[in-house]
Amino acid sequence: MLKDLITTEENYNYAFLDEGSKREIRRNLLKAVAIPGYQVPFGSRELPIGRGWGTGGLQITLSLIGQGDIVKVIDQGTDAGVNAANIRRLIERTAPDVTTTFQTSEATIIQTRHRIPEEKMQAGQLLVLQVPLPEPLRLVERSENATRRMHADKNYSRMWVALYEEIVKHGLLARAYSYPVMVNGRYVMAPSPIPRWDVEKLNNAEHLSLFGAGREKRLYAVPPRTAVVPLDFEDYPFTVEDFHGIRCQRCGAEHSFLDEITTEAGQKTYMCSDTAYCDEQVAKKVAEREMQKEFAG
Amino acid sequence: MITETAQKQANVEVETPLLVVENLTRLYGHGCPRCLELTGPETGTNTCSNCGTLVACADVNFEVYEGEILGVVGESGSGKTTLLRCLYGDVAPTKGQAFLKSFGNGRQDIFQASSQQARYLQDFVMGMVRQNPAQGLHLHITAGGNIAERLLAAEWRNVADIRERSGALLNRMEVPLNRMDHYPAFFSGGMQQRVQIAKALANHPVLLLLDEMTTGLDVSVQAGVIDLVKEVQRESGVAIVVVSHDLGVIRLLSERTLVMKNGRVVENGLTDQILEDPQHPYTQLLVSSSNS
Repeated sequence: MLKDLITTEENYNYAFLDEGSKREIRRNLLKAVAIPGYQVPFGSRELPIGRGWGTGGLQITLSLIGQGDIVKVIDQGTDAGVNAANIRRLIERTAPDVTTTFQTSEATIIQTRHRIPEEKMQAGQLLVLQVPLPEPLRLVERSENATRRMHADKNYSRMWVALYEEIVKHGLLARAYSYPVMVNGRYVMAPSPIPRWDVEKLNNAEHLSLFGAGREKRLYAVPPRTAVVPLDFEDYPFTVEDFHGIRCQRCGAEHSFLDEITTEAGQKTYMCSDTAYCDEQVAKKVAEREMQKEFAG
Repeated sequence: MITETAQKQANVEVETPLLVVENLTRLYGHGCPRCLELTGPETGTNTCSNCGTLVACADVNFEVYEGEILGVVGESGSGKTTLLRCLYGDVAPTKGQAFLKSFGNGRQDIFQASSQQARYLQDFVMGMVRQNPAQGLHLHITAGGNIAERLLAAEWRNVADIRERSGALLNRMEVPLNRMDHYPAFFSGGMQQRVQIAKALANHPVLLLLDEMTTGLDVSVQAGVIDLVKEVQRESGVAIVVVSHDLGVIRLLSERTLVMKNGRVVENGLTDQILEDPQHPYTQLLVSSSNS
């Protein structure tokens, strides 16, 4: 009796959203791709997860997946995060012909929160980023009406003043994440809260990046091979995080974005933020060692 | 002889005005066909008694020549500020045209400019100093940052250069350099106005609009600001339209003056002439009631 009242996956439409909603999102994505960096409003739908937990990205993923797609979901670089695991499970249950993976190179669609995979993405792959605050000008202007007008007029002097003031106050460009970028020489865009390390991966990329903000009801995109340039000054250039002299304690990687971890003994160690990349490096090392053993034997 | 006269005429024609304003009219309200006849100095009001529309200014015509200072004087509500705000692109006029020499070869109406063109005019061609510094400055951005905003709009992308230029401008306006990185919110009124002028001058504008810039300052500070404006004008040759209700300011700064009342220009001529021999009854009243 009680069992009859529980809705099972079969009662939901394919990929949870109804076809009309998916079509609306796809249409808006086409517009977003056609105008790189421009925020397209869309009717954000209700989902079984709360707004602000990746619903923008999830709606993009759900409206794009189909038979044969291989989906990877990461949260701050790891496939095992709660947010990532929940989203992956929802996709698996509502789109049964879609498979999931942890491997970056294998995936056709990668949905991510706040990181871009360490491994270079290829043409044909889709990167879907979850965005909490799509409006880069919100920090300098509260009114949505005014920020839209600023975008329309390409009037970004107040954004530049904010960066100038940062230099006056701190002596450097101090933003650690969501660093404002100029897309295709036209729109200033928030690249979602990715670290500065990842900003360069958007520039002239092979893959298509799609951004979704569910709570703020905005979609935007960076098409492949599009210039994405951080806002900086000639004498204060944009720089990425400096991991000089430290490496991943687990896989030994020197060229990946590292998380600082304090051990129980109170010691600082570093580990790759991208766990799939870390696993791969470890596997490579193990394979190398086996090879050496074989030769030695 | 004939050719000489023709040449002379040609030479006269070479000096085209920097700014030509024709029939500038701004109404606040729905408007009716009788608005203009029911308002103005004859009726002593700028509110239409038929439909209640406010006629802020109507049929204002004037020219400004390069390097000239034009004064606009009149009592509160006579339409002076509306006139400046229309010119600067803050509000759209209801009717009228204006042509700037450096914009579209002087043939394109600045009131019809697109919003991108209007911003270009604001950033590169004109500078505005407002009565209330809170409107002209971001009080919680440093004085240097306020000036930098205009330089950044002109695509300056070198912090050292920006600081050098804004420092030089502040220095010129006698703002101590050690206050460059302070917030104008904590400046005195006179210093705020001087930062505003520095900001307005940042991109070498050809036309500077000063809206009651000395109102609310004490007399000695007023004199200092006026002197600075005169000096800067002489150095840079920028044309200035200065709006004030204070005849003293007009007398000190401007060569030519428009007198406004109830949204109309009632008298227009050389400042000395207007002050010595006012023709319109309102101007006579204005001159006789000013004690300077």
